Amino acid sequence: MTGDGLVTREAARAELGLALDPVLSPDAAAWLGLARESVSGDPAAAAVLLPAVGRRCGRGPLPAPPGWSVDDAARVTLLLALPCTGEPLAARLADLYRFGDAHERRGVLRSLDALGAEVGHAALPLLHDALRSNDSRLVAAALGPYAAARLTGHAWRQAVLKCVFTGVPLALVAGLDERADAELARMMTDFARERTAAGRDVPPDVARFLEVR
Amino acid sequence: MRIFDPHIHMTSRTTDDYERMYAAGVRALVEPAFWLGQPRTSVGTFADYFDGLVGWEPFRAAQFGIRHHCTMALNPKEAGDPRCRPVLDLLPRYLEKDGVVAVGEVGYDSMTPEEDEVFAHQLALAAEHGLPALVHTPHRDKAAGTRRSLDVVRESGLPPGRVVIDHLNEVTVGLVAGTGCWMGFSIYPDTKMDEDRMVAVLREYGTERILVNSAADWGRSDPLKTVRTGEAMLAAGFTEDDVDRVLWRNPVEFYGQSGRLDLDTPAGGEALFAGNSVLRGTPRTTA
Repeated sequence: MTGDGLVTREAARAELGLALDPVLSPDAAAWLGLARESVSGDPAAAAVLLPAVGRRCGRGPLPAPPGWSVDDAARVTLLLALPCTGEPLAARLADLYRFGDAHERRGVLRSLDALGAEVGHAALPLLHDALRSNDSRLVAAALGPYAAARLTGHAWRQAVLKCVFTGVPLALVAGLDERADAELARMMTDFARERTAAGRDVPPDVARFLEVR
Repeated sequence: MRIFDPHIHMTSRTTDDYERMYAAGVRALVEPAFWLGQPRTSVGTFADYFDGLVGWEPFRAAQFGIRHHCTMALNPKEAGDPRCRPVLDLLPRYLEKDGVVAVGEVGYDSMTPEEDEVFAHQLALAAEHGLPALVHTPHRDKAAGTRRSLDVVRESGLPPGRVVIDHLNEVTVGLVAGTGCWMGFSIYPDTKMDEDRMVAVLREYGTERILVNSAADWGRSDPLKTVRTGEAMLAAGFTEDDVDRVLWRNPVEFYGQSGRLDLDTPAGGEALFAGNSVLRGTPRTTA
């Protein structure tokens, strides 16, 4: 689900369930189940449940999806239980993002793989905020399939360049091969030239663009 | 000497302070939400402040090897401003964040009806969110304010062992000693308490349920007053174990009741927050 495009809620839930089942303790699994029930009954409950996910479910790495941690997957699972769609869903996600800490924000951004199709362009301001932040954890989480599908060419290229600047591996950027164009190659080439002129290393991720040119 | 400063406003301090604190043995601290000198006039500035207390400031502390936690509340000095009152609606979600280990600073400034309401409401939030409470006692009319705070705590139903009454002195400590509440002391260069007076209080009341803090902020204050108190205790014949109890084990026990203390060595070093490293390059090493 990182790079193969947007997925449905059901598909995402199934995939994350498979990933979480072997790693969640019985207590954590029970808490997450109850939390999902609360959120599906009352979406406002997510405001106090989302920040508790790391403490309740753990924060270790997950074998898959690549780059995800246990709390990432648990947060997205929780968000998939939101009983709304369209505009109310977009407003709920915007609120959770605004008042979330960096971990919660990453969860909201990752949830767009599955929820993005339901909110249309309405979650774009969240991506713009994350990409403005320079926080490498947020930048990486923002560049999923929703970003590949929705960001303008200029915003998307700037985001990819920012990854190179802030050390986010381009392997984490969804749809890179499909969206990379001559303008991105030019930007990367100029970046490499600047680095070389300053006697600094050119990140390995940049090399592929130089060959394209 | 390992030190846990249970009350210090790092938002107002420099990286020099972090370096000196680490060198002196400070490895963990709690930053209570309080006022910033300049009054705030909207809820948005509180949200940004709270975001900093769980975001930027713990990140900054980690760069210097120090674990940062915080408490959150609408403080008594701003509780009377109707423009700030909606902060109470913001608190339930912030009280669930990682790194929030108590509700505070709550309590009285001028003992107004508005302060009464906000104080009682926030003690109820502490019970609801399973958190201890940090109670600030007023600078003016302190003894009366301390008595009234104890009444409000009693009425709240919060177990006294989950409450610290802070900024005590020789006059007010006796009011709290028999209640089961924890006793907090802020050691300041000139006002509040100093380290020798603190030693005298420890001689009289013992080391149980006592917290010693620097309460350093944007005013004249000293983030190493915890260390100075430890030194004064040793000079007065207290043991290393007594010092460790007061300056480390007591705050760990009190705030540990939140279940959210994280005392592992922080991962500082190369980490970036919002693209900033604070350290700004690697320090030169001399051969």
